[in-house]
Amino acid sequence: MNEIKQESNLRDTSPFRGPGGIGIIQYGAGNIFSLTAALERLGIPYGMINKEEDFEQYDRYIIPGVGHAGAAMAKLEHTGLVPSIKALKKPVLGICVGMQLLTSYSEEGDSKLLDLFPIKTLKFAGDTNFKVPHTGWNQVFPEMGNALFENIPNGSHFYFVHSYFIEYNVTYTLSSTTYINKFSASIMRDNFYGVQFHPEKSGAYGETLLKNFSKI
Amino acid sequence: MLSKRIIPCLDVKDGRTVKGVNFVDLRDAGDPVELAWNYSQQGADELVFLDITATVERRKTMVELVKSVARQINIPFTIGGGINEIADADALLNAGADKISINSAAVRNPALIDELARAFGVQFVVIAVDTRVIAGKNIVHLNGGRVPTEKETLDWIMEAESRGAGEILLTSMDHDGTKAGFDNRFLKEVNNAVNIPVIASGGAGSVQDFIDVFKQSNVDAALAASVFHYGEILIPDLKKVLRANNIEVREV
Repeated sequence: MNEIKQESNLRDTSPFRGPGGIGIIQYGAGNIFSLTAALERLGIPYGMINKEEDFEQYDRYIIPGVGHAGAAMAKLEHTGLVPSIKALKKPVLGICVGMQLLTSYSEEGDSKLLDLFPIKTLKFAGDTNFKVPHTGWNQVFPEMGNALFENIPNGSHFYFVHSYFIEYNVTYTLSSTTYINKFSASIMRDNFYGVQFHPEKSGAYGETLLKNFSKI
Repeated sequence: MLSKRIIPCLDVKDGRTVKGVNFVDLRDAGDPVELAWNYSQQGADELVFLDITATVERRKTMVELVKSVARQINIPFTIGGGINEIADADALLNAGADKISINSAAVRNPALIDELARAFGVQFVVIAVDTRVIAGKNIVHLNGGRVPTEKETLDWIMEAESRGAGEILLTSMDHDGTKAGFDNRFLKEVNNAVNIPVIASGGAGSVQDFIDVFKQSNVDAALAASVFHYGEILIPDLKKVLRANNIEVREV
């Protein structure tokens, strides 16, 4: 309840509220204070999407998310917004678990997901030399040119916290990172984008990425 | 490669930093947000705020601090100090904290770790452990290292991990304040025993101490306060030397 109250306070007082910006899909999976704070620092207008009619007010969308992918998918389904999300034609950015939801399946909770990408979210294999979750700053290498990574040098560090990863795929992997194995740090298919790291916590390059998304 | 993290620690009381700060042209050296912003610009990878406010208003002042930091700072941060229950943690999460650090409350009530991990995920729960050697054994201490407990430190850290700690912040009270280097031998023992990140704390005095702690113990992160606050070590210089010693650090 606290969380919902917090978010609705933010929505009501935000000077950036209004049409033309980023609609953040609200489904109760994680806190979004840091994300909205980053958008405000960057001067990017945003608002919240709670129901189907809210989509048309915005030009692009973010699906946030932390925690358990299966639980997050159940919460997203509970909102009734899934058919609208799958039909979106404007740019969509999934962050962390919000990115994993775009894939077909997660080993976390043996969960069926949105299936906007025909690739899977897998668990890092246990390895005594590598701690799980993958926590901290790791390097991201673009696999293809894209406006999302404009003005971000190859091998820049972004902040990750996750125990599950999206498999590397030659068609959909936009950038890759290696930890235990090479995986998708970001993905793209048509208007759908996802990033495994947290751009809102990834210093100047994270802010550049959010700014880039606001112009795609 | 995953980088080793450099973490300045800020002590805060009633919304103000309490240790002297003397390294850059700060308008207000007592303003934790301005100090934090400066550290993030210098290339700090993460920040820890330790709130030592002792009044009944403490939760409110902590929440205000966390909100101000989250509004301004674009790197992860941890808040610790007097967090005793789920409601404290919930308020801090909603204010934008990435992690909370629990020390005495977890020792007194270990089930709190399970509850926090279940409610917020293991990545949110840092267990801070103050250790001091008594008769050749590392023993968990409370109240800033003044009060010994019955617990052996390594046993307690293993228990904390199994209950859902996502990270260990280990401070050697024997090394803290000495500026003679981290307790690399014990840090290595702990780091080898757990499968969660370990932050080394206590004893940083020189750049060489940071090289040694990463090379000798392979911990994930190193935390320090005064060497950064007094400008004795500048983070860009530190990272340059670490990189020259083949220790992976983030470039900004």
